[in-house]
Amino acid sequence: MTILTETESGPLVLSREQIEELGRELDELRAAIVADLGERDREYLYSIIKAQCGFEIAGRGLMYLGFLPPFWLAAVAALSVSKILDNMEIGHNVMHGQYDWMREPGLNSRVFEWDTVCPADQWKHSHNYLHHTYTNIHNKDRDIGYSVLRMDEAQEWNVLRLGQPLYAFMLMMLFEWGVMGHDLEVEKIVRGERTWPEIEQLILGQWRKAGKQVLKDYLVFPALTGPLFFHTLAGNAAANLVRNVWAFAIIFCGHFPTGVQTFTEEETADETRGEWYIRQMLGSANITGRKLFHIMAGNLSHQIEHHLFPDLPASRYPEMAPTVRALCEKYGLPYNTGTLGKQIGSVWKKIFKLALPPRWVKSEPSPGVIVMRQRKASEAGV
Amino acid sequence: MVDLINLVQTLTSPHPLDRYLELVRPTLTLRDMRAEITRVRHSAPGSVTLTLRPTRQWKGHQAGQYVQLGVVIDGVRHTRCYSPVNPEGGRDRHIELTVKAHPGGVVSPFLYHNAVPGMVVDLTPADGMFRLPEPRPERLLLISGGSGITPVLSMLRTLAAESHRGEVVFLHYAKSPAVLPHRAELDAIARRHPNFRIELRHPHRPERIDPGAPWIDLARPKGSGYFDYDELERVAPWFADAQTYVCGPQSLMDAVRKIYQAEQWDDRLHTEEFTLSVAAADAARAHGTVNFSASRVSAENNGATLLEQAESAGLSPEYGCRMGICFSCTAVRRAGCTRNLRTGETDSDPDQPIQLCISAPVGDVDIDI
Repeated sequence: MTILTETESGPLVLSREQIEELGRELDELRAAIVADLGERDREYLYSIIKAQCGFEIAGRGLMYLGFLPPFWLAAVAALSVSKILDNMEIGHNVMHGQYDWMREPGLNSRVFEWDTVCPADQWKHSHNYLHHTYTNIHNKDRDIGYSVLRMDEAQEWNVLRLGQPLYAFMLMMLFEWGVMGHDLEVEKIVRGERTWPEIEQLILGQWRKAGKQVLKDYLVFPALTGPLFFHTLAGNAAANLVRNVWAFAIIFCGHFPTGVQTFTEEETADETRGEWYIRQMLGSANITGRKLFHIMAGNLSHQIEHHLFPDLPASRYPEMAPTVRALCEKYGLPYNTGTLGKQIGSVWKKIFKLALPPRWVKSEPSPGVIVMRQRKASEAGV
Repeated sequence: MVDLINLVQTLTSPHPLDRYLELVRPTLTLRDMRAEITRVRHSAPGSVTLTLRPTRQWKGHQAGQYVQLGVVIDGVRHTRCYSPVNPEGGRDRHIELTVKAHPGGVVSPFLYHNAVPGMVVDLTPADGMFRLPEPRPERLLLISGGSGITPVLSMLRTLAAESHRGEVVFLHYAKSPAVLPHRAELDAIARRHPNFRIELRHPHRPERIDPGAPWIDLARPKGSGYFDYDELERVAPWFADAQTYVCGPQSLMDAVRKIYQAEQWDDRLHTEEFTLSVAAADAARAHGTVNFSASRVSAENNGATLLEQAESAGLSPEYGCRMGICFSCTAVRRAGCTRNLRTGETDSDPDQPIQLCISAPVGDVDIDI
C-alpha cells in the first residue's frame, strides 16, 4: 500500500515502510514523555488550578465595585481569564484523560466537570471519541463545520450557505451553547435516525448542567451583589462572551486554516497506526505564540501535537513540537503553523469564500498536500 | 451543615467547594478527609510509626479496622490500607499507624524515608468487619504474624485500656524480636495485666534476645516453632470457648484456619486478609479468570484486551476509539493485575480506573462492569 501525497513542489510518495517508521518514531517520542511524567506535571496543573481559582474569586469579588467602570472591567477580565483557564488548560485537558495517571480522584477524566453549559459526558463523546478518532473524515467527524458551516470544498453548497458568515458569527458569540448542542446531532434527529429516549437523556443532561450554570452566573451571584444585580449580571455575561470568542478563535484555528486536509471514509478504511498519525498531522494546524499565549490557549495552539497525543498533558506539547516538526520535514510532510492573526484570517476568509456557490470562486489548489491513498500501487497510476 | 455546603456549592458549581478550600490549606476540606502527620518514630528497624491528626470528619475507629492512606509519590496518588495500632475510643482523636517498609514496595518505603511532621495525607473513614465485638468476649486469642500485628495490637491495647477482666492471649510471629515494633507498649501491658499473656515466636532466629522481657519469648518452644495444634493447646487451652482473631501472612492464616475448620469452630475464628500487591510473574502467557463483577459474568482469560473479552462474554461495555485515545471505555479494576498494551507496564493497585481497550489481564482480574 502506498500513500501518495502531492505538494506544491510535486508529488510525494511515502512507502508503507516509511509510514510505519514515522509511526514508530512518534511512538518513541510518546514513550519518552510518558516515562518522564511526574511531580513537575502535577505541580504545573495545580499552579494553573490555583491561578484559575484566584482569578475567579477576584472576578466575583470585584463585581461588588462594579458601579465603577474600571473595576467592572477588571472584574470581567479576571472572570474571563478564570473561565478560559477552566475550560481550556484545565477542563479540556483533564477530560482528555491527560492527568488520569495522577490518580487524583477529582482530576480524573471520568468525573471532571467544567465551567460551561455543556455536560462533560456529552462533550467527551463528541470530542474525545468522534472528533479525535475520526479527525477530519467527512461524515464521521462532525467537527468539520459543526454541521452548521461549510468549511471544506468537499461539503455540498446550497443557498442557505450564503448566510454562513452570520452563522459563524453567531456560533462565535454563543459558542458554549453550540458546544452543548453538538452531541444532540440535530441533523440525525431531522433524518429520524435518533430515538426519542436517546435525545431525552441528552436534553435532560443539558438542562441540568446548563441550569446550574445559568443559576450561578445570571441569578445567584448578581443577587449576592444586591443593588448591583444588573451590573453583575452584565459582567458575568460579558465574561462568558469573552470566553466564547476566545475558545472559538483557538478551536477554529486548529482545523480550518488553509492547508488543512480532510479525508473520505474510503481513504481511511483499515488505517494503520502510522496512517492515523499522518491523518492527524495533515488535519490539524498550530498557532505560534509566547508561553502565556499557549497557556491561555490550553496549549491547543499545539493542535498538531494534541492530535497526535491527545492523552498526554498538553503542557508537554511545546517540548514535543520541535521533534514533530523535524519528523514532518524529514518525510516532506507539511507542518501547518502561523500567528493567530494569520490563522484566524485564513479561517474567516474560508468562511466567506465557501459561503459562495462553488462556480463563483476559484477552487484553489491547496498549498498543503492532497492525500491520495491507494490500496494497490497499480490503481494509483504510478 | 450539609445543606449549607450544598448552597455554597451552587456558587462554586461545577466544582466542589473543597477544590477551593484545599488551596488555602489542605486540611481545610469539608467533604474530603485528610490527616496531618504530627509525629514520626522509627520504632523498630524497618518500621515507622506515624501519628496522624485527622480532619474533623474523622469518627474514630474500632480496634481491628483499617483506613486507607493516600500519598503523592512523584506526582501520582497512591492509596494503601493500614490498621491503626492505637486503642479505640481515645479522646485525643489521633491515629497511630505502623508501616513496615517492604523492599520493592512503593508506599511503605516512601513513608519510611519521607514521612515528616506536617505532611498531609488523604484518609478514608475506618472500615472493616475485623473488629472487637461488643460486649467484649470473656476470652480472646489474638494471633498475628509480621506486619499483621497492627489490627490485633489495637485490639490488645483496647482491651488493656478497658482493663479487660477475662483471659487474653497475644501470640505473635516475627522474623526476629529486634524487628518487633511497639515493644515498650507490650512490656507495659504484660507488666500491668497479669491476665494478659503475651507470647512471641521467631522461628528463624532461635536465640532468645531479650530474656528479661515480661513476656514469653520462645524462639522454638517445641516442634517446628510454627503454628500448629499443640501450640494452640499450649498457649490457650481454653481456645474452644474463646473468640480468635488472626492476621498475618497466608501460611499462618491457612494453618490456623485448617485447625478451626477441622474442629468446626469456624464461627469463633475471625481473620483479616492482607495481601501485598504482587507484580505479575508471567505477563506474556494468558492464564487466570476474568471476572466482570458488576454483571456477574466470568470468563477464562484468553489474552485479548479486556474490551474484547467483555464483548465475547456477551457484555456490551461503553467504548469509543478502541485504540486508547478517547477514554470512553475506562472502567474500574477492582482487583488483579493488568498490562497496558501500549506501554507494556503492569499494574495491580486495587480500585484503579483503566482503559479496557488497551489493557489485558495478567492472571485473575476483577473488572467493575
